[in-house]
Amino acid sequence: MAMKHRAGATLALFLTTALLVAGCNGGDDEAPAENELYKNPVTLTWWHNASQDGPGKTYWEKVAKDFSAQHPTVTIQIEAIETNQLQRTRLPAALLTSDPPDIFQAWGGGEMREQVEADYLKDLTDQVKDEVANIGSATEIWQVNGKQYGMPYRMGIEGIWYNKDMFAKAGIAAPPTTFEELNQAVTKLKAINVIPIALGAGDKWPAAHWWYNFALRACSVDTLKKASVDLVFDDPCFVKAGQDLKSFIGTNPFQPNFIATPGQNDPTSANGLLANGKAAMELMGDWNRGTLETVSANPEALKKFLGWFPVPAITGSAGDPKAALGGGDGFSCAKNAPAECVEFLKYIVSPEVQKGYAETGTGLPAAKGAEAGVADPALKSILEATSGATYVQLWLDTAFGSTVGNAMNDAVVAIFAGNGTPEKVVEAMKAAAKK
Amino acid sequence: MTTNPTLSPAGGASAPPAGLPPVRRRSSRAAETRRKWYEIIGLTTPAIVVYVMFVLVPMGFAVYYSLFRWRGVGPPTDFVGYDNYVLAFQDPIFLDALRNNAIIVFGSLLLQGPIALAVALLLNRRFRGRAAFRLLVFVPYVLAEVTVGIMWKLLLTGDGTVDALLRQLGLGSFVQAWLADLDVVIWTMLFVLTWKYVGFAIILLLAGLSNVPPELTEAAAIDGASWWQTQRHVMLPLLGPTIRIWMFLSMIGSLQAFEVIWVTSVPAVRSLGASATMATYMVDNGFFARLWGYGNAVAVILFAISFVAALLFQRFLLRRDIEGAVTGRRN
Repeated sequence: MAMKHRAGATLALFLTTALLVAGCNGGDDEAPAENELYKNPVTLTWWHNASQDGPGKTYWEKVAKDFSAQHPTVTIQIEAIETNQLQRTRLPAALLTSDPPDIFQAWGGGEMREQVEADYLKDLTDQVKDEVANIGSATEIWQVNGKQYGMPYRMGIEGIWYNKDMFAKAGIAAPPTTFEELNQAVTKLKAINVIPIALGAGDKWPAAHWWYNFALRACSVDTLKKASVDLVFDDPCFVKAGQDLKSFIGTNPFQPNFIATPGQNDPTSANGLLANGKAAMELMGDWNRGTLETVSANPEALKKFLGWFPVPAITGSAGDPKAALGGGDGFSCAKNAPAECVEFLKYIVSPEVQKGYAETGTGLPAAKGAEAGVADPALKSILEATSGATYVQLWLDTAFGSTVGNAMNDAVVAIFAGNGTPEKVVEAMKAAAKK
Repeated sequence: MTTNPTLSPAGGASAPPAGLPPVRRRSSRAAETRRKWYEIIGLTTPAIVVYVMFVLVPMGFAVYYSLFRWRGVGPPTDFVGYDNYVLAFQDPIFLDALRNNAIIVFGSLLLQGPIALAVALLLNRRFRGRAAFRLLVFVPYVLAEVTVGIMWKLLLTGDGTVDALLRQLGLGSFVQAWLADLDVVIWTMLFVLTWKYVGFAIILLLAGLSNVPPELTEAAAIDGASWWQTQRHVMLPLLGPTIRIWMFLSMIGSLQAFEVIWVTSVPAVRSLGASATMATYMVDNGFFARLWGYGNAVAVILFAISFVAALLFQRFLLRRDIEGAVTGRRN
């Protein structure tokens, strides 16, 4: 059905384009398709990662239903797939075939760069100008060579989630703003016999994110931007990041045996330690509000004691102290998806739909005008910090692509395990870039 | 084909001397042979089609893809020959995975064999509640791998149930960081795998024991053999074929160990090589590092090792048991 229609649409597009070129001396290639919008029935297949039953999944079902109600020619078929499965196996395999999903989860960065090189994605640049203007610089993550190939619906920066009650008990007056203050806070927290910082190193990325933050503080913005595009890691700041991390680990801020502690999803995870009052801090992204709640024995208490502050600065380092690490979720349209796909994507990132998304509490909205949907105080402070950040660096493993990202994370984890070195991280990244 | 006596049930001692068969019988024999061939083709074709499509063709593709530097985006174009194979054997983590597989293969045989034999001999005696015991012993094997993995992950977590139990028993000094200590974790995995699969060995051996004719044990008893002597000199030799088949299955399963380790051991510990097996290494590199060409090379290595191990085992240990079935009829 969808295939047949797509072939028809392509033919129609081809004919009208030919007519236009002949008659009007050239025009916007997309214009004829706009005229064809909502004329013929189309089915859009939509793959997203809100696979667990909950407000996120329900909300996407509502969004699809609302869109179909407004545009009766459009039927939307949803498939919700768990993130790892979606990103690692289902999506790459489907994109290799001639019939990929029309609209699907996109994380931006290095992976999107490769997908664009393979000509999988629809160029949205001309059609989403208003939306890009509204969302702002966060859309850069879904750009390749200045062209827009996807749009974010969730965007947030990383910071430290902490237990306000424990901070008060330990006599820490205000959240640390420099690493010296963070180190002092760690000492004070040890004195009251709590785990200063919970770390889910078992999942690798929660540990690697500490290295990313040290890299963000050690490297200039230009160095990081260049590294993301060219995969060149010659700047000594990448080794410096590892050295800073090593001395930080040396202060023993984490729980014992953190190398086997999972990041989230069960009570024994780092999330569980913070949510259930065993640890005072955790470095994590904006989605943590929701994931903490799922492992909390007492969500009411959690709501009261939970706070958030940005990753502290390192005095005298090359990096921009107001820069932050972040990332988000977005959607892309397949190269040959019907024009309605782009319209649906624009609908998803419109302020009203984004406001509803924010109300689900599953993440921070990317669009301006949706802030009113954010109720939680911790999430509000992230929203403020995000708009106050001078530069948002995409998670380094996403920015560098899975191959370099995976090698980098493994090598950072080795430092945590005590058998890696700062130099080996950079070596592993360089070796992986060639694989 | 029509004259091949081995295909004809009528062939053999009762067959009439060649050259003198009555015409009527010859045509009926030819028809019967033809019918037999139709039968063979009809009955095996579906299986052969499935086998070719889902085993041989994917294997061929795996070998093909393994010769490319390919990240799964666009068609593979960057031909690198056997570079991926060289890379694998140069990666210390892959060598760790090989060592871990060796530990699991030999560890499983050495642990599960004696345990299964002892329990099977015990459960072969008549006593009250024998059926319940048999059921209990088999439960871990029936449980899904993921269930077992999550269960043990929670039990073995730091200050978890296992640690608490050991301390209660006054064995606090034995407490280890079961899943976090990089030198301990592979032995923890071996323990969980043993717990999971020993039930299978027991059931196989029980089936083998039930095939031993009671006349033999009765005869041994009449001759004055003790229970121990009966087990040692009657039961054990007759269990030989069963034990060898179990060893074969256990070895192949251990080489391909994946699910329990994937679930019980966290990614960080795997990626440091402490608990990686060839199969987890393949998935970590193929899918998570998105090195599809390289992942296929690892898959081919895993296949080659399993295949060679299987052939050697059949050639040297299983030959007596499968004679006729695989190696052809001997006169």
